[in-house]
Amino acid sequence: MVPLWAYLLLSAFLFMVGVVGVATRRNALIIFMAIELMLNAVNLTFVAFSRFLHSLDGQVFVFFVMTVAAAEVAVGLAIIIALFRTAETVNVDEVRLLKG
Amino acid sequence: MEWIFFLAFGLVAAVAAVAMVLQRSPIYSALYLILALFAQAGLYILLGAELIAAVHIIVYAGAIMVLFLFVIMLLDLGRTDRSPARVKPVGVIVGTVLAGLLLAELAVGVGPQIVLGPRGAYDPEVLRTVGNTRAVGRILFREYLIPFELTSLILLTAMVGAMVLAKRKVE
Repeated sequence: MVPLWAYLLLSAFLFMVGVVGVATRRNALIIFMAIELMLNAVNLTFVAFSRFLHSLDGQVFVFFVMTVAAAEVAVGLAIIIALFRTAETVNVDEVRLLKG
Repeated sequence: MEWIFFLAFGLVAAVAAVAMVLQRSPIYSALYLILALFAQAGLYILLGAELIAAVHIIVYAGAIMVLFLFVIMLLDLGRTDRSPARVKPVGVIVGTVLAGLLLAELAVGVGPQIVLGPRGAYDPEVLRTVGNTRAVGRILFREYLIPFELTSLILLTAMVGAMVLAKRKVE
């Protein structure tokens, strides 16, 4: 049987890849995908602990995380569309003004 | 046997995640992310969470990633985003070193010596007789009923917010 630490290590690696993606990429869409990756890494941790603690609360929490992720993606992509309309770019380095 | 599947799914998920971050085009990034999500659904099956695996595929690969691809194609980035990403090499080196430190710290924290608390009532034998979906549904609609209803408020707010934000202003 695969031990718990293997799942936690994989999930830590996925989370770290997401952090690096957010920190190094300048395309707002890819930054968003990296955030999704981090949320998924946390979900993997929840399910792994749920399995090894013989409790289903972790799986219920995954539902809530998925709901929040879906809401976040809908609003975030709407912001990116609005940004592209006004600034003609999705590069976060070129978006420095709050107004104008 | 379980190790073989774990290593296969985990390797696919890790490699696809790294490829997602390294891709220049958002379309390829999205496709690699979908691959990583499918591999992760396989891990959920290994962990005995069949309902979560199915919902994960439907919500993430089915809804969220389609929304991503839709927006990427809607924005028509080909004209504007052709310029190479101006990432300073120093930043990449510092970021990678810091990320390695973070991973090392997490690995020390979650190492094989990890101690688990008291076990709950749902061990694999119980789940085999009750069924994963039925057990999760019972908990979701009894103990977590009010939080579950509140998530509908989050979804409603997000829906209205997204429409207001993305709506074209009437001149």
